[in-house]
Amino acid sequence: MTAKTLYEKLWDSHVVKQYNDNSCLLYIDRHLVQEVSSPVAFSSLRARGIGLRQAQKCLAMVDHVLPTQNKQYIEDPEARIQIQTLVDNTLEAGITYFPVDDARQGIVHVVGPELGFTLPGTTLVCGDSHTATHGAFGCLAFGIGASECEKVFATQCLKQIQAKTMRITFIGCLPVFCSAKDLALSVIAKIGAAGGTGYAIEYAGDEIRALSMEGRMTLCNMTIEAGARVGLVAPDEKTYAYLAQSPLAPKHQNWQDALCYWRQLCSDREAHFDREVSIDISQLEPMVTWGTSPEHVVPISANVPTHVNTQAQSQTRNQARNQVRNQAREASWQKALTYMQVKSGAPIAGIKVDKVFIGSCTNSRIEDLRSAAAVVAGRQVASNVIAIVVPGSGQVKLQAEKEGLDKVFTQAGLQWRSPGCSLCVAMNNDRLVPGERCASTSNRNFEGRQGVGGRTHLMSPAMAAAAAITGEITDVRKLL
Amino acid sequence: MSFSTLISKAVPLAEDNVDTDAIYPGRFLLRIDKQGAGACLFYDKRVGSNNTVHVIDHPTFKDAQILLAGENFGCGSSREQAVWALHDFGFRCIIAKSFGEIFYSNCINNHILPIVIVDNDYQVLMSAAESLHSFHVDLNSKQLSVQGGPTITFDISQQHQNMLLKGLDEIGLQLKNDSADIDSFEAAQKQSQPWLWQPIFESI
Repeated sequence: MTAKTLYEKLWDSHVVKQYNDNSCLLYIDRHLVQEVSSPVAFSSLRARGIGLRQAQKCLAMVDHVLPTQNKQYIEDPEARIQIQTLVDNTLEAGITYFPVDDARQGIVHVVGPELGFTLPGTTLVCGDSHTATHGAFGCLAFGIGASECEKVFATQCLKQIQAKTMRITFIGCLPVFCSAKDLALSVIAKIGAAGGTGYAIEYAGDEIRALSMEGRMTLCNMTIEAGARVGLVAPDEKTYAYLAQSPLAPKHQNWQDALCYWRQLCSDREAHFDREVSIDISQLEPMVTWGTSPEHVVPISANVPTHVNTQAQSQTRNQARNQVRNQAREASWQKALTYMQVKSGAPIAGIKVDKVFIGSCTNSRIEDLRSAAAVVAGRQVASNVIAIVVPGSGQVKLQAEKEGLDKVFTQAGLQWRSPGCSLCVAMNNDRLVPGERCASTSNRNFEGRQGVGGRTHLMSPAMAAAAAITGEITDVRKLL
Repeated sequence: MSFSTLISKAVPLAEDNVDTDAIYPGRFLLRIDKQGAGACLFYDKRVGSNNTVHVIDHPTFKDAQILLAGENFGCGSSREQAVWALHDFGFRCIIAKSFGEIFYSNCINNHILPIVIVDNDYQVLMSAAESLHSFHVDLNSKQLSVQGGPTITFDISQQHQNMLLKGLDEIGLQLKNDSADIDSFEAAQKQSQPWLWQPIFESI
């Protein structure tokens, strides 16, 4: 037997058929369905006159367009239509759908794992790029487009070409007040926003084993921001403990059998990776983005960079080629500096913010809320700041309220909202107005992502909480 | 719809990391169909921007079917609306130093040819595009040539090349040719991993 990586094991166990053009037909075990990427897939399927092959392998809910203040009345007529379209389509197709007012509703990438819909050893897709999140369970999960959603509906399969493999090994332990978000941003700083293109990434190292499931999800979630569709962590006892009580996890003898199977899901000792990267995290600091790509990122004690060479080192050793690349990068950096209105060479700390967003499929789980609450407890949000906390799911909201975190937030002056994607994607009424600056726990700092003309600085929940209190980008370690 | 050759000017968009939020801003994702998606293409760069004409609106490039961009084009969100918008606007081929992976698949599924080029060719092609030279794309021979310039052989997987050349409908083909294999796979998995076959609605 040849040694295999985790990715190869997951891949091989789902190959239905190999074609002679080097591609494979891959079986899909789980399909998360939401309102934005599914309407055309359903209508196109209807036009073909065919139904779903396995409606029971789908789970649907609304997350992107839902208001986070008053879920009962949706003001935007387009959003109302989009939600109703999902209701109608899932009813017709026989797909399990969580209504807007259901206690289990939330962001698909938060709800799937907490229900045990996401399981080790499975393949999972969703018409959403952050599907990489589910890789935290040793699940081969990747985002797809609407056409591919239609294919999965029709055949429960996708024709795919196997990716190359990359292992990212973290050396050392995560310093206090650093989190999985800082690990994710340090990966992007190291390999660049396109560094993972063509690869399936597996995360390894002692710190990965130490990370909670929430932390692993945060890390895998942002793998797409490094260019790779797939980010994996091998399952272990933490994974099984997380799943043990979830309603969709296997029960009784099935649980025992599943455990036996899942325990084989790790990269073999001799397995070959096409690329190996190691990152020393023993000196890691909280990370903050300054620009309009997640690779525009620095440690909190640093200045906004002045030279392109200091970061996201190109892989190539060819100097001439590097020069061309760096010229292009330089141009995009200048553009980012102008858009963000930050000064090259000035400290990243101290930049004033207008809004703070704690939420999104990256950082809206219970652990994220606990770490933000610990920072704001007994303090007050700065007078120049509006801060919102959007739990990732009904279950997270309930748990947070049981722990009294909602009170901690509201007493400190943060708004406590209902679950949804909210200000990460600005498809509901949570959005920045032109020129506003936001400290955000989300995943993308693209131009206009949080609203036309809005400026986004990505950071961890604890860092965003610190920014809410001081009204500026702040080293959270100084507050604790 | 099949793709074989294309002769067109190329619109030079000399930027890296053009994300799908820029190509198709999030607020337009509320639409539930793809008709007229082209009107939203680069909306905030074209309509919102201060008086400058965006390069895709420049009269010189009217009817151009090729877009030329830098590294990591179409990164970020999986929204296929970005590709529908490019298609609706008239683009049939996108040349870039690299692509966001989901965007790349979305292109193939919408009969748009994505071509990956290397840094050195990028410079040459960018100058050619800016000089309004005609680009000639031949998917059969996997060659891209520019009027008065070099001929570049590009790489594309056989699967994708076939899909574009023949305008294949994957769903129709799989239903016709692969159904028995899918049946067998499912039957085997029901035996080996029965827990994957518990109906969801009965469990929650």
